[in-house]
Amino acid sequence: MEPIGYVKGALAQLDATFAALADPTRRAILARLASGEASVNELAEPFAMSQPAISKHLKVLERAGLISRGLDAQRRPRKLEAKPLAEANEWLERYRQFWEVSFGRLDALLLEMADAELKTRQPKTLDSRTHGKKRGHTKRNRK
Amino acid sequence: MNSDKLQITTPSDREIALTRVFNAPRRLVFDAFTKPELVKRWLSGLPGWSMPVCEIDLRVGGKYRYVWRQDSDGTEMGMGGVYREIVKPERIVATEKFDQAWYSGEAVGTVSLVEQGGKTTLTQTMLYESKETRDAVLKSPMESGVAASYDRLADLLGGTK
Repeated sequence: MEPIGYVKGALAQLDATFAALADPTRRAILARLASGEASVNELAEPFAMSQPAISKHLKVLERAGLISRGLDAQRRPRKLEAKPLAEANEWLERYRQFWEVSFGRLDALLLEMADAELKTRQPKTLDSRTHGKKRGHTKRNRK
Repeated sequence: MNSDKLQITTPSDREIALTRVFNAPRRLVFDAFTKPELVKRWLSGLPGWSMPVCEIDLRVGGKYRYVWRQDSDGTEMGMGGVYREIVKPERIVATEKFDQAWYSGEAVGTVSLVEQGGKTTLTQTMLYESKETRDAVLKSPMESGVAASYDRLADLLGGTK
C-alpha cells in the first residue's frame, strides 16, 4: 500500500462528498432516498423543479458516489449509497476526537503548570502536613 | 465533569466554534497555546501521531507552523499561518491553512479566553471564506440526516443552535 496516494484518494473522495452535500436540494434528495429507492419523477415531485434540473443534481450525487441506480431498467430508480456518507461522518468524528484527546492532555498540562507556579510562589519549605493537601492550597488561592 | 465537555457549534454562516472549559486561570491557558514547548505537549495529535514541528513567532505578522507525523508510516500533515492579533492573555487571531486543504481559501482562527472563578472558557472559532466552504468542512452532513450513522453526528453537534 502506498500511504500518500491512499491519503490523497481519500481526501479527494471526501471533497466530492462534502461538495455534493453542500446543496440543500441534494440533501433533501438524499433524505428522500434514505426511506427507499425512487425514480427521477418521484424525486422531482416534492420540488418545484423540472426533471432536467433534478437530473443535474442526481448526476452530482452519482459522481460523488452517494447514490447509484437500482436494477429496474424501466424506472431507473436511484438508491442511496451509505459508504461515502459514513466516511464523511468518520472524518468529523476524528475531528472531534482530535480535539477531545488534545484538550484532555491540556487539562493535565495546566494542572502541572499550576502546580509549578504554586511552588515558585511559595518557596517556603512546606511541612509534611500541608504538602499532601493540594486542594487546600487551591482553595486558599482562590480567596 | 459536564462543564469540561467539548462543544462544537456553528455561531454564524461561515464559522465553526469549539468551546471548552478548563480548570485553570487564562494566563496559563494562553501560555499553553503560545509557547512551542507547551503546545507540543498537548497538541501532538491522536495516539500514534507525534508533532515534530511546532514553530511560533508570537507577534502580529509573525508566522507559526505545525507538522504532525503518523509514526507507523511517516504520513505527515502540516498547517500554518500568520498572527493577525495578539492580546495577552485573552485573544489570539491567526490565519490557518492545511497543506492538503480540502476546502478553498484561508480560514481565520480566533482563540478567545474568558476567565471566571479561576476557570477559563476557551472558544476557538474558525471563520471560513464562505458559507459553502464552511459547509463543506463541517455542516452539510449534519443537516442531511440521512443515515443511522448520523446519530453520532447529532451528538457531535449537540450544541448547535
